[in-house]
Amino acid sequence: MSAQTLWQICAVFGAASLLSFGGGNAIVPQLQLQTVVEHQWLTAVQFADSFAIAQVAPGPSVLLVTLLGYHVAGFAGALLATVAMILPAAILVAIMSRVWTIGEHSHWHVAVERGLAPVAIGLIAASGIVIAGTVDHRPIQWVISTAATLLLSLTKLNPVLVVAGGGLLAMAWGGA
Amino acid sequence: MSEPPSAWELARAFNRIALESFGGGLSAWSREVIVRERGWVTDEEFLSASTICRILPGANQVNMAVFVGMKLRGVGGAVAAVIGLCLVPMVIVLAAGAIYLQLRDNHALRNLMRGMTAAAVGLTFSVAWRQGRTLLTAPVPLLLFILSLVMAAAMRAPLWLTLLLLGPFGFAWAWRRETAS
Repeated sequence: MSAQTLWQICAVFGAASLLSFGGGNAIVPQLQLQTVVEHQWLTAVQFADSFAIAQVAPGPSVLLVTLLGYHVAGFAGALLATVAMILPAAILVAIMSRVWTIGEHSHWHVAVERGLAPVAIGLIAASGIVIAGTVDHRPIQWVISTAATLLLSLTKLNPVLVVAGGGLLAMAWGGA
Repeated sequence: MSEPPSAWELARAFNRIALESFGGGLSAWSREVIVRERGWVTDEEFLSASTICRILPGANQVNMAVFVGMKLRGVGGAVAAVIGLCLVPMVIVLAAGAIYLQLRDNHALRNLMRGMTAAAVGLTFSVAWRQGRTLLTAPVPLLLFILSLVMAAAMRAPLWLTLLLLGPFGFAWAWRRETAS
């Protein structure tokens, strides 16, 4: 790996850090665009697989970037991508935690949250479409996606169990 | 509050939160540990801190660790809390990733990953559905939702552009609604 690659990792994930409004998987379409389409660091299938692994692993799902960095540049890439993804936003939060008085409920806090929420929900839904749409989604996979959507929307089943269950089902199904 | 917790205690608490909130619910579980069990912040402080963490960029859980760490022990506390939250999960994710790279041509693993990816796709749709059901109840939020979905998934627009175009609209709408009530 070259120094240029390491610098690009910092730039891509550092920028994503400051753009990651809305929490959840709202940042996934942007990460896919940058790492698969623009830089071609990994294939769409590798990205989708990394996404699935990060969903079942414990801890914040943003650790998807640890796996992306690992694909690009091994352990150094993993560490760098994670720090680049966490540090810029964390510094901002650290500063803001000193500036904002806790307990203060201003109109504009609420307005920022309410106003950004619909955009973030769109981005979260887009992350599912990007993952499914860029890899060769087969009939059995559509069945699993639909079943998982319904199960997780309508019941309180543990998402890790549902994702792992989907994997085992596809494995049992065989050459899907 | 008496003596603030040490950096080590902070790291351990957030590590526990990360490992025990298996399968989501990280936010509810951090409230359980930070507010109920340790009493490090009050319920009210926790709620307004979560609002601030949600409107700032960054993963909500990481932001919350920074916020609580800063409040209790300053910068050192924030660093300890974030490392506690992320270090062990990083090792687990890397181990899983290394195994995956070794075995990715294995037929059974290929099928396992296909199924897991498909179910993870369903997970994102269910998250969007759950949040959308309560928040997308007026024409303007619904329109913003559709536009951001189309820009990110169909047009593959860069995120800064989506946020720049749609963010101000959302804010203006919510601001008018907020100040009118």
